[in-house]
Amino acid sequence: MNSSFLHFSSITKKVWMALLGLFLMVFLVVHLGINLCLLRDDGGRWFRDAAHFMGTNYIIKVFEVILFGGFILHVLIGIILQIKNWFSRPVRYKISNKTTTPFLSKYMIYTGAIVLTFLIIHLFNFYFIKYGWVTSPVSPLEGGEPDFAAVARSLFGQPVYSAIYIVLIICLGFHLYHAFQSGFQTLGLDHKTYTPYITGFGIFYSIVIPLGFIIIPIYFLI
Amino acid sequence: MKLTLKIWKQQDAHSKGKFVTYSLDSISPNCSFLEMLDILNEQLIRKNEEPVAFDHDCREGICGTCSLYINGRPHGPDDAITTCQLHMRKFKDGDTIIIEPWRAKPFPVVKDLIVDRAAFDKIIQEGGYISVNTGGAAEANQILVSKVNAELSMDAAACIGCGACVAACKNASAMLFVSAKVSHFALLPQGKIEAKDRVKKMVAMMDQLGFGNCTNTYACEAECPKLISRSNIARMNREFICAKVS
Repeated sequence: MNSSFLHFSSITKKVWMALLGLFLMVFLVVHLGINLCLLRDDGGRWFRDAAHFMGTNYIIKVFEVILFGGFILHVLIGIILQIKNWFSRPVRYKISNKTTTPFLSKYMIYTGAIVLTFLIIHLFNFYFIKYGWVTSPVSPLEGGEPDFAAVARSLFGQPVYSAIYIVLIICLGFHLYHAFQSGFQTLGLDHKTYTPYITGFGIFYSIVIPLGFIIIPIYFLI
Repeated sequence: MKLTLKIWKQQDAHSKGKFVTYSLDSISPNCSFLEMLDILNEQLIRKNEEPVAFDHDCREGICGTCSLYINGRPHGPDDAITTCQLHMRKFKDGDTIIIEPWRAKPFPVVKDLIVDRAAFDKIIQEGGYISVNTGGAAEANQILVSKVNAELSMDAAACIGCGACVAACKNASAMLFVSAKVSHFALLPQGKIEAKDRVKKMVAMMDQLGFGNCTNTYACEAECPKLISRSNIARMNREFICAKVS
């Protein structure tokens, strides 16, 4: 590999942004799979087992580091690119642009910021409890391990929390709607036959995944 | 047609600009947009006022010189045309038309509606060519080119470098322009020899000049008077990645 690969041009930054974004999208599927265990009427046993596995398996722990590193890099590169974009047009137009473009594609930085806010709230509600940085709102399990199933049940039982959660997940869907196809375009993976399928799958993914997450608070509320 | 024009007036790149309002009467709907500005300027000269400075040359959609941002759209309210191909029948009697220059850091205002697009020339100078010895024309079938690639290359070569892509992009990105130039050569055997250096140098110059980053909103494609496809951007990304990792 050429050493100049380390020189970050605009396209290099965007390629990293795309790769990390697509990786995070794979993680979302895993996360949703675990969350859906909450819908099983077993007192949260499956969910607790999955949370225990994710918290103790060494391979998962390695991926956890990659995941956090990837997320931080995705956010940082996004901010760096956006700042450059703002500086590229120091004098704005008097009339805002009337060109017809996909609506959500213009607001990726804003939907991204909302997703970041959501993640921070989410970390405080669940992840930090694991390390004892935040006190669990419910009693731990025997052996002192946090009862994440009970935490989830307690949070989703609050209508205000659930409503905020649903709104934030919808914003995640807006972010994903443009992200999937855009990631492939950035990686140069454009093909007259396959690109419509990639775009279609991106739309499907951005609807189904958020819908999967939204079902859970609705289940606990009704 | 009776029109109210709000036109950006700016003495030079260092002066502060402002909108100046002009009224025009008896404009024929068959007039081209630039002819309408000519009529305005004739009236201003007769009144001993300074005319509006705007870029134009061929007036038949070939040179890419005309560059006006009209009512929020580069080249005005029509698709796949340059400003010189825009006619006043696209507007209604009594309309207010707001005309601004292209806005981008690498396109400084020279005067009024004229911007300096030398940034595009600098990008071209970095690799928008092939190095061949001059001499007699070679036999046409000496280097075979597939029909598909020849067509795609010609489509990319249709870019006239007007800058509407930069003007339309919310990030003032020049990716569509650079990708058209990269694709034009990368698709042909003659261009493959210098392809890796070309894409790296042209992208480096694009970044250096201060153009924004592409966020795949495709406003560039929507406003391109020559219908340059976004697939050229994907091709350039592909070329760039291959050039960097090999």
